[in-house]
Amino acid sequence: MTTTIPAPRTPRRLRGRTNTELYAWMFMRASGVLLVILIFTHLFVNLMTGDGINALDFGFVAGKWADPVWQVWDLMMLWLAMLHGTNGLRTIINDYAERDQVRLWLKVGLYTATTITIVLGTLVIFTFDPCPPDAAADLLPSFCPVP
Amino acid sequence: MTAVAEAPVAGAIPSFQVTLRLRRFNPETDTEPRWEDHTVTMHGTDRVLDALHKIKWEIDGSLTFRRSCAHGICGSDAMRINGRNRLACKTLLKDLELHKPITVEPIKGLAVLKDLVVDMDPFFEAYKSVLPFLITSGNEPSRERRQSPEDRARYDDTTKCIMCAACTTSCPVYWSDGQYFGPQAIVGAHRFIFDSRDEGAEQRLEILNDRDGVWRCRTTFNCTDACPRGIEVTKAIQEVKRALLFRRV
Ligand code: HEM
Ligand code: SF4
Ligand code: FES
Repeated sequence: MTTTIPAPRTPRRLRGRTNTELYAWMFMRASGVLLVILIFTHLFVNLMTGDGINALDFGFVAGKWADPVWQVWDLMMLWLAMLHGTNGLRTIINDYAERDQVRLWLKVGLYTATTITIVLGTLVIFTFDPCPPDAAADLLPSFCPVP
Repeated sequence: MTAVAEAPVAGAIPSFQVTLRLRRFNPETDTEPRWEDHTVTMHGTDRVLDALHKIKWEIDGSLTFRRSCAHGICGSDAMRINGRNRLACKTLLKDLELHKPITVEPIKGLAVLKDLVVDMDPFFEAYKSVLPFLITSGNEPSRERRQSPEDRARYDDTTKCIMCAACTTSCPVYWSDGQYFGPQAIVGAHRFIFDSRDEGAEQRLEILNDRDGVWRCRTTFNCTDACPRGIEVTKAIQEVKRALLFRRV
């Protein structure tokens, strides 16, 4: 007289004592608050001040990344948004992926994507050079010094 | 409302036709749950439980559901009525929209055994795992353990729980990840964590600090909405989180 209904939940065990989930929960709040400041200032400076959205071009970004303040600003935005978003997705995977294998592989994919994005982004922010010396002249923006 | 006044007797209770759309499942014959409609004549003073009784006693004796006290005390008859978790014995028919069928389903997230009866074992296991009993050390006092009214008030709200599971089975995290302790277990823990006579707070907090503990709560407030005892369930969960963050109860 068995039914097709999946077996009820198995009894729970305590996994070693850690504060991981506590810290993750705190991080979501702290990074959330910081992101409000970072993102809205970012949007305001890019879109509202000066010529507003019309000023946005390659040169504008190049100009911002020549300034260490904006380098650090964008770096913080990158890291916090990525870690915040990744931890949020981790929660969602924990919620909805029922099988251990699925959970594992979704998380492997997530953490890989996060790592690549953070590493590449960080690299770009600090090594960005709008006028690389060995580039073809017709690919360079107009403000680069003509060799 | 299709309320049709019966014989015009002074003080007569108005009666009306009501259709109940029941989610039925018989493990011996069905592979899938199915819907079944019954239309019965009920009175303005009747509750959903009375309509279920009428169907069971007069139409189909095989209809299976739990109820004991019929007065909101025992917590047996939590079910999903029109998509919301409530006690059938505390839900007056006249408060529902009677022009369309009233859906009655088993509470979600626990395996259905038959019709509206679910397997409550995982729910009670979660409750047991938070050590819901007084933990003390030292010699037993020769008289009762005394407590000031202020200390008693601290956890008054969570003493009202009747373990109906309405909160736990309204929680989307519990639906999708059954390892989560669920709101009721946290309410049960709260009742002792904040009791000045109890000394097991640290142990219980550590249990709820687990990966499947309070941090799974996303403040959806479904539990608070569902609780037939009006317990501020979400608030209790947040108080446990705060106690964990500051290690102070
Ligand atoms: C603008 C400022 C932001 C604030 C104040 C904020 C705040 C929060 C908070 C407090 C949570 C935790 C919710 C809970 O546990 O109940 C959360 C979850 C989440 N956040 Fe953010 N966040 C912000 C920006 C972002 C950004 C930029 C992203 C994407 C990169 C993001 C992606 C997520 C995701 C995926 C979740 C998980 C959702 C869930 O738990 O269901 N958030 N956010
Ligand atoms: S907290 Fe409320 S809804 Fe949850 S089990 Fe107790 S009485 Fe039922
Ligand atoms: S039958 Fe006891 S609470 Fe409803």
